[in-house]
Amino acid sequence: MNGMSKFQTTVQDDSEKPMRKASEHLDHWYLEPDSPTRARVSNLKFWYGDGTQAIDDVSMPLIDKKVTALIGPSGCGKSTFLRCFNRMHDLYPGVRYSGEINLLPEDEDLINLDPNIVRMRVGMVFQKPNPFPKSIYENVIAGLRIRGITKRSLLDEIVEDSLSKAALWDEVKDRLHQPALSMSGGQQQRLCIARALAVEPEILLLDEPTSALDPIATAKVEDLINKLAGDVTVLIVTHNMQQAARISDYTAYMYLGKLIEYNKTNDLFTAPRCQRTEDYITGRFG
Amino acid sequence: MATPSSRRLETSKVQVSTHFLRKREMINQVARYVLMLAAIISVLVTIGIVYVLLSEALVFFEQVSVWEFVSSTSWTPMFSRPTFGIWPLLSGTIVVSGIALAVSIPFGLILSVYLSEYANPKVRETVKPILELLEGVPTVVYGYFALLVVTPLLQTFLPGLPGFNMLAPGLVMGIMILPYTTSLSEDAMRAVPNSMREGAYALGYSRFHTATKVVIPAAMSGITAAFILAMSRAVGETMVVAIAAGQMPNFTFNPMEGAATITTFIVQVSLGDVSHGSIAYLSIFAAGMVLFLLTLIFNLIGFYLRKRYRQAY
Repeated sequence: MNGMSKFQTTVQDDSEKPMRKASEHLDHWYLEPDSPTRARVSNLKFWYGDGTQAIDDVSMPLIDKKVTALIGPSGCGKSTFLRCFNRMHDLYPGVRYSGEINLLPEDEDLINLDPNIVRMRVGMVFQKPNPFPKSIYENVIAGLRIRGITKRSLLDEIVEDSLSKAALWDEVKDRLHQPALSMSGGQQQRLCIARALAVEPEILLLDEPTSALDPIATAKVEDLINKLAGDVTVLIVTHNMQQAARISDYTAYMYLGKLIEYNKTNDLFTAPRCQRTEDYITGRFG
Repeated sequence: MATPSSRRLETSKVQVSTHFLRKREMINQVARYVLMLAAIISVLVTIGIVYVLLSEALVFFEQVSVWEFVSSTSWTPMFSRPTFGIWPLLSGTIVVSGIALAVSIPFGLILSVYLSEYANPKVRETVKPILELLEGVPTVVYGYFALLVVTPLLQTFLPGLPGFNMLAPGLVMGIMILPYTTSLSEDAMRAVPNSMREGAYALGYSRFHTATKVVIPAAMSGITAAFILAMSRAVGETMVVAIAAGQMPNFTFNPMEGAATITTFIVQVSLGDVSHGSIAYLSIFAAGMVLFLLTLIFNLIGFYLRKRYRQAY
């Protein structure tokens, strides 16, 4: 609730600024999609097992083959929102959803699908690199194995392809059969991205993928995400606004479980439609 | 002696007295020697035990050839013309421990996978203490349970089973060490970070595949340690076998027959009226040395496997 009081003070501060017109201070705003959408979230609400509501009535599109960033202060529900897309919450007892996340054009509500099937279609990379304690090669094909793909030549091909996409192939091609845990943190994270890409996900979720990495490794992962756009639909949570500005095409700003503003990244950062967004991106709050 | 750091603090409110620093350093040193002493004592005790075992066994081998010991299949130290072939005792030990492990390894693994990956917290909090309660049951109770309950039960569908056999004590011993294997391997699986499980689920793994393809391999070193411990316990277990297997040295690998193990022989001789220094008395040290070597081999295997499977996460 500390965040709330801070927020209120900033509103007071801004009311003293005479240049702004009241009409510009929108409460919520979101851009109607102008490109093909891969998914549409409608009135999504989410409750954890202990009854706390973490997502409150969020609606937004997810543009096909573009990078969408979720920003907002800690605890605003951006990671929770991301994890709804692959039903990660279902691993823990008592969680509840309402609303829809429709995959388009199939028009399938992934809230009503079998979570295992959803996770076969929607990939995810976590905050902390979490390679399995196996070889690099085995890590990349981990998802293929459980999809029943065993043909060696195909596996080899996908391994090279995925590692190349993850900008890791040149670094590891001579030690594919060494343990993944012998790699550096940045390499491990790119391996996790390769592992997620190997199964050709329809949507790739990235949950603060660079927060555990040093600046050089971060730059490499950001490069990689930039290259993925145009190929994969990416939804990324980041606490780093510069990162969101650098790598995303669309940005959604969330606060206290609500979506405040969804816009093209450039517009959101240069001309935010909502006062609360402006306060956040200019660093006056959060 | 004032240290430079304490002098620098003179203008500060936070004054650290030299006396305090000296006292702190003294406690540090004392703790170091107390801990070292504890370590030295445990090493010395071990060396002492090995020394007694080896020296007495050497006296034994002055009178009995090593060749007879390792090749003869007859163990009759109390006879007027004694024979000293270790095989009858070894076969009993191997068969009983083998049955016990055949029970406790698969069931221990299944139970621990269930408790760690499938059971909800409430079930786990109920089942684990009950399992651990089993550890508190005295082994003599298990022995009579094998003799008076399990053997008659087995006889109903194995009519030829004698009253003293290796099958019943083997099965009961398997149940007896089940809590150890379960509890230890469950701990190892729970130590696998949740992030790894989430990584597997995020790729579309089912609960079963997450357990078998990710959690068990990641916990392999701990699981191996659990099984090695189970093996050492099975080989060293005395009471159950002494009561339910008949204490008759018998060279056989047939679990339907009665037999003695190394441990039951040692109990039998050390409780009986065997004169100190006699060849029968010395034979328990030779048998004990074999037991020692067996557990040593298991521990080395465990050490090797642990090293092979060690994963840092």
